[in-house]
Amino acid sequence: MRILRAIALAIACAASAPAAAERIVSSVSTHQVMITSDFSGLDLVLFGTVERDAATVPRKSGYDLVVTVSGPKESIVTRRKDRVIGIWVNAESRTFIDVPSYLAVMSTRPIEDLVSIDTARRLQLGLRRTLLPQQIGPDLGDTGGDDPFRVAFLRLKTAKHLYVEQVTGVTFLTPALFRATIPLPAEVPVGTYDIDLKLFADGVNIARANSAFEVVKVGFEQFVATSAQSNGVLYGLATVSLALMTGWFASVVFRRD
Amino acid sequence: MEIYLPIADLPVNVFLILGMGLTVGFVSGMFGIGGGFLMTPLLIFVGVTPAVAVATVASHIAASSFSGVLSYWRRRALDIALATILLIGGILGTGAGVWLFTLLRRIGQLDITIGLSYVLLLTTVGGLMVWESVGAIIRARSGKRAELRRPGSHTWIHGLPFKMRFKTSRLYISVVPVLGIGLIIGFIGAIMGIGGGFLLVPMLIYLLRVPTSVVIGTSMVLTLVTMAMATVMHAATNHLVDAVLALILMLGGVVGAQFGARAGQKMPADRLRLLLGVLVVAVGVRFAIDLVLPPSEEYSIRSMDRAP
Repeated sequence: MRILRAIALAIACAASAPAAAERIVSSVSTHQVMITSDFSGLDLVLFGTVERDAATVPRKSGYDLVVTVSGPKESIVTRRKDRVIGIWVNAESRTFIDVPSYLAVMSTRPIEDLVSIDTARRLQLGLRRTLLPQQIGPDLGDTGGDDPFRVAFLRLKTAKHLYVEQVTGVTFLTPALFRATIPLPAEVPVGTYDIDLKLFADGVNIARANSAFEVVKVGFEQFVATSAQSNGVLYGLATVSLALMTGWFASVVFRRD
Repeated sequence: MEIYLPIADLPVNVFLILGMGLTVGFVSGMFGIGGGFLMTPLLIFVGVTPAVAVATVASHIAASSFSGVLSYWRRRALDIALATILLIGGILGTGAGVWLFTLLRRIGQLDITIGLSYVLLLTTVGGLMVWESVGAIIRARSGKRAELRRPGSHTWIHGLPFKMRFKTSRLYISVVPVLGIGLIIGFIGAIMGIGGGFLLVPMLIYLLRVPTSVVIGTSMVLTLVTMAMATVMHAATNHLVDAVLALILMLGGVVGAQFGARAGQKMPADRLRLLLGVLVVAVGVRFAIDLVLPPSEEYSIRSMDRAP
């Protein structure tokens, strides 16, 4: 279904730009990533092809592709520690509103070599150019590149492997066939992930396609996580009964008197 | 073997967690304490957020104290009346503690509060324990008899109103300090993820003059109920109790405690208190170092939507 939708979208894109008749057809190795008890991260494979027809103009320089994968949106507080009477405490904070919980940008070449800075900024290509709105008083706004909180936010997300940038992450196996891996860490949040593919030739965005996949907790993990959220009291009582049973069991097994 | 913890949202090695449970269980069995003050820091050290660690350890302590309560119950070595009054204070204290915990977490000052509380409480209590036990050992070496407090000696505590008779402990004291002690233990237990046994036992002995024969059993009843309450309240308000993590800890903990108890019986009491005191101070100092040294990363991020 998603592939069909992606294809339909690619056709729509192609139709709006008559001079460039390329369209991207792509798919991921699985549309549902399941977090089970032994989940320790996963590399999702994205593959696809650039389709041309008779009317397509020949591209001497070949194609470049930028793949942006963004996870479910969340709001994140970034706090800075400051020294107060000799000890380090959280002092200032900024809240990033509705930013991707996971973000991966893969491209065939460094984005700066691929398109002009203006285009890159307009299309939000790369982690540094992705819009990260902060709560500034009553308004929302992006402070731009050098803001220490924004830099720290990107650094921490990258350190947790939740934000990834791979300048050679996309490989063209043939002039038309491409492949990329989407590295999902163990702490990947559950939800729907959007894949956005942008095709470039000679520094111009000539085609675009979208796809998606889902990350879900399944089995026992799913059961524990959802009951903890939705039936807190019951979950707590169940945990306590578990504790009491373990304690009772131990006192019976190791009884010495 | 890696296992994914559903609430802590992190993969951990089962044997590492089991080993931590065993070790802390051994220590707790040896000294007759719950071991929360060791378990919570250890979990934080392996990457569990302080909030999840505190909430989860509560259920772990409930398990280990329940097996303790059962064995003391069989020997009738606990004072039900005293435990009941302590519990009334303890439950109120736990409620207040969980409320403050939620508030601190919202304003982003929970981790520092947990850290500071550990430093202050552990270095003070541990320091006193070391001081007292070193004194006892020196007295024993020089051949002097330890000065026993006469059972009839009175302090200001015995002048308080609302007196009640506790038959098992052979005490006639005011309920006010009993409620107060319960309240304090419940309150700090909920915030710090400790059962408070290492605080409660000295308080009951030195402040209330509870006979040593019933003091550990009675203190375990309070620990059991406050920690069970804390588990339910943390689960209901903050959704932070990780049942999978708790189960692994419990299994290791109850087994370790049995071996610890046997090791503890072979050691003289004052030597044991000194060792515990040193351990308590060490954990406190470890937290102090983290607070004082410049952090390697000044910034931290936390999702406002997801649990940890």
